[in-house]
Amino acid sequence: MWLVVLRRLGLGVITLWVVSILVFAGTEILPGDVAEAILGQSATPEAVAAIRAQLNLDRPAPVRYFEWLSNLLRGDLGMSLSANMEISTMVSERLQNTLMLAALTAAFSIPLALGMGLAAAMFPGGRVDRLVTISTLFLLSVPEFFIAATLVLIFAVHLKWLPAITYVTDYESIWQLVKSLALPILTLTTSVVAHMARMTRAAIINVMTSPYIEMAILKGVPRGRIVLRHALFNAVGPVVNVVALNLAYLVSGVVIVETVFAYPGLAKLMVDAVSRRDMPLVQACAMIFCTAYILFILIADVLAILANPRLRQPK
Amino acid sequence: MSDESNDATQEIGLEAAGARPLFQLSLMGKVGAAIVLFWIVVALIGPFLAPYDPADFVSDDSFAPISASHWLGTDYIGRDILSRLLHGARLTMALSFTATVLAFLVGISMGFTAALAGSKTDMVISRIYDAFLSMPTIMLGLVVIAALGSSIPVLVVTAGLIYSCGLYRIARALAIEIKVMDFVEAARARGERLPWIIRSEILPNAVIPLVSEFGLRLVFSILFISGLSFLGLGVQPPTADWGVMVRENLAGLAYGSAAAFVPAAAIASLTIGINLIVDDFSAQRGQEIAEEMI
Repeated sequence: MWLVVLRRLGLGVITLWVVSILVFAGTEILPGDVAEAILGQSATPEAVAAIRAQLNLDRPAPVRYFEWLSNLLRGDLGMSLSANMEISTMVSERLQNTLMLAALTAAFSIPLALGMGLAAAMFPGGRVDRLVTISTLFLLSVPEFFIAATLVLIFAVHLKWLPAITYVTDYESIWQLVKSLALPILTLTTSVVAHMARMTRAAIINVMTSPYIEMAILKGVPRGRIVLRHALFNAVGPVVNVVALNLAYLVSGVVIVETVFAYPGLAKLMVDAVSRRDMPLVQACAMIFCTAYILFILIADVLAILANPRLRQPK
Repeated sequence: MSDESNDATQEIGLEAAGARPLFQLSLMGKVGAAIVLFWIVVALIGPFLAPYDPADFVSDDSFAPISASHWLGTDYIGRDILSRLLHGARLTMALSFTATVLAFLVGISMGFTAALAGSKTDMVISRIYDAFLSMPTIMLGLVVIAALGSSIPVLVVTAGLIYSCGLYRIARALAIEIKVMDFVEAARARGERLPWIIRSEILPNAVIPLVSEFGLRLVFSILFISGLSFLGLGVQPPTADWGVMVRENLAGLAYGSAAAFVPAAAIASLTIGINLIVDDFSAQRGQEIAEEMI
């Protein structure tokens, strides 16, 4: 069993390595020169030369890639071009803010999604099930900024309960911080819950089709008891897998949500870096997000292996 | 598995022969179809119906409320929102439609090539796609736009290539499944060439699953492109595009202006409409809706 887990971990490291090549290659697909592209209209020969020296562009790409990678592994993220600062200092505070947002979202969305998934799977095709399936289909379809705009109009404009913009750094009380975080968390939760609830429902319904459940139905065990006592334990593996997979989805969710609410997180930093074409900063942020993403998927897979004996045999 | 797909193939064959309608829409599916049809009509004739020029400053008030002269109010610099919405429909829908068609062409041709051209080609193409799938799509988009800058061709090609990944997998699996079936073997034995086999024997059998896939990819493309435009990294202002409109009017939201809400709701209604049709379609095909929005 541990061999299979180790193999999966190895695969995760390889995936991460491939992603690092893709992220680095991003700068190389540029027609012409990165230095000129960064400077744009103000590309005087001296300025171009200065940036070229700063980025070590005079050396071949593979050499630069390995240098960048080894610096990355030692925790040296390089210098930002636009802010002229160490990227690691810029990133650390932003990363904390984003992690706080993600952790709070997870804390709300996991129980909510599991409850919805369970309620829907209790009577497939029933009224609760149809309500959950249709409402999650709606939420899955709409862009995050639509959810955000709707919530702002309801809670900030009409009810005046919550502020529309987030202030994380200067707040007067914990209550104020909670209030200003409420809308971003609510938006993220709404979009994550839709995925998670649907997949939880599918995982439980999948278990519900097994013969031993049919047996329980036939001998007259009440429906709720079947789901909670018989099916749930065997669904734990797939459901935990679902949860980890959906937390990976937060990576794309935060990009939009942090922009809507001007939240000082890592995703906002990255979007700003992209519009300023600050490539070292973009690369660093992309690597952090992709690492988190791959990590969650890795955790999901390992948990699935641990939970399902059939996956434990090496092929 | 093979029994099931044989049944499915026969069914599809019947449907194609006109024995019964392709599929029947449920009530929700009809609602979806009506919404999508509405936006298609708007995209086609909307610009002619627009009361003002989308770029004209028609009002002195920014974020003017809904009134008789401005049915949906005005935006942050006093442009008519209805006119911009009607003009934006065409661009927003054309971009995502083009991206989806591109995704289809690339994904299907790659998938069929991988399945039919031999194991070495298959491995190379599959590994390249695996590499792309190991990154969240938005991250891939952000890195590409950071490198190439934002322009409409970059946007459409990026979305097209990203969403060709899913199509590639489906097309490849379908082709592998179908290619061992008797009628394809028979064509091979008759000495038909590969392109002929693909066009005349494999493609007709893959049409139905691919149609519902088209709807899903279209939704993803709409969300991807309008999402990037919303981030300021897609379509650039002053062009009237729904994603751009949400972005430029976002500040008004806190004052209760619907200027940002209207285009966001337009995108939402379009994607919901498409998904309702797709959901109906996949329910009848006995498939679960794909859960891969990441």
